[in-house]
Amino acid sequence: MSEFLQLLTPAGTRVAPDPGAGWYGDPVARPAADPATAHHAVEQLAAHAAELSPSDLRVAYRHMVLTRAFDREATSLQRQGELGLWVPSLGQEAAQVGSAMATPATDMVYPSYREHGVAQVRGLDLRDIIPVFRGTRHGGWDPRAYNFHIYTFVIGAHTLHAVGHAMALQQDRRRGLEGPAAVTVYFGDGATSQGDVNEALVFASSAQVPVLFLLQNNHWAISVPTTTQSRVPLANRADGFGVPHLRVDGNDLIASYAATRYALTRMAADGGPFLIEFVTYRMGAHTTSDDPTRYRSREEEDAWRARDPIARLRTLLTDEGEADEDFLAAVDAEAHELGASVREFTRANAAGEFPEVFDNVYATPNLQVDHERATWDAYLARGEA
Amino acid sequence: MNAPVVAPERKGPATAIHPGGPAPVPTSPLPMAQAINAGLRAAMGRDETVILMGEDIGRLGGVFRVTDGLQAEFGEDRVRDTPLAESGIVGTAIGMALAGYRPVVEIQFDGFIFPAFDQITTQLAKLHYRSGGDVEVPVVIRVPYGGDIGAIEHHSESPEALFAHTAGLRVVSPSSSADAFTMIQQAIASPDPVLFLEPKARYWSRGELPATVDLTPDGVVAGLSHARTVRSGTDVTLAGYGPTVATLLKAAAAAAEDGVSAEVIDLRSISPLDVDAVAASVRRTGRLVVAHEAPTYFGPGAELAARVSEECFYALEAPVLRVGGFHTPYPANRHEHDYLPNLDRILDAVGRSLDH
Repeated sequence: MSEFLQLLTPAGTRVAPDPGAGWYGDPVARPAADPATAHHAVEQLAAHAAELSPSDLRVAYRHMVLTRAFDREATSLQRQGELGLWVPSLGQEAAQVGSAMATPATDMVYPSYREHGVAQVRGLDLRDIIPVFRGTRHGGWDPRAYNFHIYTFVIGAHTLHAVGHAMALQQDRRRGLEGPAAVTVYFGDGATSQGDVNEALVFASSAQVPVLFLLQNNHWAISVPTTTQSRVPLANRADGFGVPHLRVDGNDLIASYAATRYALTRMAADGGPFLIEFVTYRMGAHTTSDDPTRYRSREEEDAWRARDPIARLRTLLTDEGEADEDFLAAVDAEAHELGASVREFTRANAAGEFPEVFDNVYATPNLQVDHERATWDAYLARGEA
Repeated sequence: MNAPVVAPERKGPATAIHPGGPAPVPTSPLPMAQAINAGLRAAMGRDETVILMGEDIGRLGGVFRVTDGLQAEFGEDRVRDTPLAESGIVGTAIGMALAGYRPVVEIQFDGFIFPAFDQITTQLAKLHYRSGGDVEVPVVIRVPYGGDIGAIEHHSESPEALFAHTAGLRVVSPSSSADAFTMIQQAIASPDPVLFLEPKARYWSRGELPATVDLTPDGVVAGLSHARTVRSGTDVTLAGYGPTVATLLKAAAAAAEDGVSAEVIDLRSISPLDVDAVAASVRRTGRLVVAHEAPTYFGPGAELAARVSEECFYALEAPVLRVGGFHTPYPANRHEHDYLPNLDRILDAVGRSLDH
């Protein structure tokens, strides 16, 4: 594994980053940017890490534990036949929660389909994700209410939407309108091979728009390892697009937060894109239809289990005296309640009457939809006659 | 933690009038390419959230000059030369639309739309539906399409059936300068995504522009949905759209010399199809010939024939006949005259219909 930025070790102890390591890349010197060196970045990153108060770390811990409980419950519900499919976020909680906590609530976030931890931080009722996987509707929430777009299942397609959204922010500013500073977009190691992701990097760099590419390298695109996608560390690909980048330990909540803050701060100064690769691990299956034992070893999974993102944060909080047994127990109890609530919600969640499929195909009246809806009504009427 | 959690709320997209006000509508007959240009200019002057994006549309004014002069008038921010990547063009347009803009993108030629096929069919067409109506994606995709210009391969295709088969898209094609001017403005005003197919062989045909354009919500829906009878007749109905309408009118004129009264319907919209308008005509004429450059196999004419047979089976005196492209790749251009629904092939179909 190539070098990454780490601020919290798997053992739960804080460490200073090594500026000589290869986790920092800046292919373009831009006048608006600060002196672009890893040494300078280290100072900034340390400052951002220090922003996280003990209270913030407890908030992060709670988000991560609730996300994991939700994810475990949904996985279980799929096994019981209550969901058609589930995409586990197990193991990726630090990358998701850390980056999301660093993102202003007003910035639009474009998730892929595994970002349950980001949803948690954005304030969604996590149960709103359930209908998507239960098959009662396609989207589960109003993106505008949370600045959190609906999930995209076509790999990488949404990265272009995020770039376009950032182009709109840039145009807003040119028109003198106030607005959020940036857009963030989540995608995975497999997605980096998609044409759309490469085009997104081209367009973002060409237009110099404030979009933050949040790449979760969880090492497996279903059964295909990251090494099949790329012969170089994924973050290094950003070099070719002229996009500065960081490679961080994605199981490290503090590094994930600090890197995202660093990137957004820099983007606010120079207006251009940035990419962060979070080196993490999909500890569960790709989806509940997948069987990881067919393509990866128990030893590999065990090695990553020892790098668990929640365990190391809990160790830190405990060792630094910032979390006592009462706090940990209260979070566990809340997680337990969440699980029960998700179960109850899921079992009661149902689709509407069939003709709702004709709703919202278009935003305006449409001759063909109206015709087909009428044929359905006539069919029902014949059945009742 | 210092991360800002409250930023100033973003103001909604302003609908500001261009400082000079909308350009006056030209009064002399204009080629269709210039009519579209005038329509784009009017829409941009009316609403500063209208942004044009595409390859070579800025300084060059587009390979067909449809956007000629617009970058000089509205600036590089609003008439954007993009990197050369069609999926990127459509995908970023979707993002801009989600953020409150009304992007109008140009795909340089019909045969080059396919790199964007995924963005159009799995993303653009479905986002309103997938979000349960929470978001709208008012993107217009302009595509010079069709043959008869002696081009090399990939520059003469008619892929409309592929998009008409995609729920969530409107697919329209004007046949005249007047409709081109009107419909491009209605497409931009539409909250639904619109594939706007420009018959490139008709870019140079002149016609007068209307003095006013109905941009009310009802007017926009009607303008993007309804067919128009462009010649009245009693013996046979000829239906087509875009580049074929002019050929149908020639066929009707030729048929009249033989004492046959042909009614010509310009469908204007391919999705949705205005079946009621065609069926009303067929109830009077009893005969229907549909023509389009797209292959007839699984083409718009097949759908129209099926629907007409459902709606007015007993009014039909003859089977619905189709004239169009064949189930081959678009041929080398020395063959395109025979491949396309030309005057002779349409008159042949009219004769076969009347023989029944």
